[in-house]
Amino acid sequence: MAPEVEVQLIAVIVAAACALPGVFLVLRRMAMLSDAISHTVLLGIVLGYLLTRDLGSPLLFVGAVAMGVVTVALVELVTGTGLVREDAAIGLVFPVLFSIAVILISRFAGNVHLDVDSVLLGELVFAPFDRVRLLGLDLPRALLVGLVTLLANLLLIGLFYKELKLATFDAGLAAALGFAPALVHYGLMTMVSITAVGAFDAVGSILVIALMVAPPAAAYLLTDRLARMLLLSVLIGAASAIAGYWLAYWLDVSVAGAMATMSGVAFGLCYLFAPGRGLVAGAARRAHQRWEFAQQMLTLHLLNHEGTAEAIEECSPSRLSAHLRWPPAFAAEVVRRAEQGGLVQRRGELLTLTERGRRLAQEASLR
Amino acid sequence: MHDALTITDLTVAYRDRPVLWDVDLSVPAGVLMAIVGPNGAGKTTLIKATLGLVRPAAGQTLIFGRPYAEQRRLVAYVPQRGSVDWDFPTTVLDVVMMGRYGSLGWLRRPGVRERDQALAALEQVHMAEFAGRQISQLSGGQQQRVFLARALVQDAQIYFMDEPFQGVDAVTERAIVAVLRNLRAAGKTVVVVHHDLQTVPEYFDWVTLINVRRIASGPVAEVFTEANLRATYGGRIAFLGQQGAAASAVGDLAADEATG
Repeated sequence: MAPEVEVQLIAVIVAAACALPGVFLVLRRMAMLSDAISHTVLLGIVLGYLLTRDLGSPLLFVGAVAMGVVTVALVELVTGTGLVREDAAIGLVFPVLFSIAVILISRFAGNVHLDVDSVLLGELVFAPFDRVRLLGLDLPRALLVGLVTLLANLLLIGLFYKELKLATFDAGLAAALGFAPALVHYGLMTMVSITAVGAFDAVGSILVIALMVAPPAAAYLLTDRLARMLLLSVLIGAASAIAGYWLAYWLDVSVAGAMATMSGVAFGLCYLFAPGRGLVAGAARRAHQRWEFAQQMLTLHLLNHEGTAEAIEECSPSRLSAHLRWPPAFAAEVVRRAEQGGLVQRRGELLTLTERGRRLAQEASLR
Repeated sequence: MHDALTITDLTVAYRDRPVLWDVDLSVPAGVLMAIVGPNGAGKTTLIKATLGLVRPAAGQTLIFGRPYAEQRRLVAYVPQRGSVDWDFPTTVLDVVMMGRYGSLGWLRRPGVRERDQALAALEQVHMAEFAGRQISQLSGGQQQRVFLARALVQDAQIYFMDEPFQGVDAVTERAIVAVLRNLRAAGKTVVVVHHDLQTVPEYFDWVTLINVRRIASGPVAEVFTEANLRATYGGRIAFLGQQGAAASAVGDLAADEATG
């Protein structure tokens, strides 16, 4: 495979792997935990390295995952004191752990390949140079790690889909039914940690956060089914990864930075244009409701004065704007729409209700 | 035969503030029981402690003579409607099927059977036509009926419901009352946290009055008295005497509590 294809493949796989647990983080309103975990895993890696003095030791991986879970536990501990809220607890815990890691690197590991830039942004473009052989295949190590992470996440979510859904939607019922939501919670956090560690080497912590949060948040706006949200998150993450790669290629900028940007752009597009929940659809709906409601007001007004002596005064199109205190242009437009919709009709200088208009007014009066 | 629910010496505390103070309670099987008491009296906590959702400082609760952990399959639970996120991406039918998860256990997936049971339960609460609806598109009363249907598919022996009548429309209130009566007719035990004192004698045959401590518990005709209500609500309540028997509350309780 050509290196640029490999880089894109790695990015797509990492994006998919991050999006899956990200869906549950977003639904549990714990998106910022991905921020914390993706930074504090560095401390686990550094501690593992200082113990083994070997960057290839599996202990680094174990330490990193454990540190991710420890981060969650510490956040809960601080929150549990009742003195600060969870967002503040996250903001307190992870910088401490992350800065300990940074200090340890600069003090004890300055001469090894563990630098802060690569932690934040990763070294995706160099990933094809670090290769492993597996079953006779010559693969980039990051590709293999990404694939294993993705498959592990697919397997776990596939197996425990029902438990994850219940514990996320209604932790109280999950506990009452014996599904140990705390266990599910820490299982999910372990999954997030493993994913963060697996992805972090290739794409860095910033992209891990972007890929865990932005695609699920975008998918949330597009669907109201959990299974579809998972699928859409994976697709949006993968598309952001490929779009980011080409953006970086054309602008000659950081690949991870461009991918994170594109995941933000993908969310922005959904935020604006998602059918039903997007900003544009919402504005259109509100505009529509405004006209509908104005027509209801008009029919109710006509009904109230129907057949009375002051009807000529109250119900003439020219006097309407003065009585309802509507701007003349607005009043004229409401009358035009109501006429077009068959709610009212003009009888000379008098506006009268049609049968449909009367029904609408009667329904409106019951509201 | 064991009582459906036996609570002995139950104390639940938040640090050093008791929420429930040495409560004893026995609920015979087959009754429809209301738990009433002012805000902060520990009504919800009583249910949560029974279901193992909060850890008691002392005492124990038994379901048909055994600890809850051994009797989960006999118990159904309707939490307060506001306790979940109704924007969660799922459908009415899916939420109702969650009631079957306990019987399925870990790993097993719900199938056609669970689907049919969920649809039947939705039928009972007049929500069948909403089965495919996203849950955020429901009114408060409809949400409550979905929760009720979810408890019905649990097919339990004892049902705990936390304020099912809270803020619901008349249609929902009638639907819930009908379901409660069906459950009693089928010999089930139902425990309901309830706020509207006026409807207690009409809807329930058993009542427990609590205000941190248990004030009284027994058949409505015997214990739903003005004296017990005064003891529960601390005299901050006015009564309209009703033929010397159960009193019905008037006056704005919430306003009284705000000033008291």
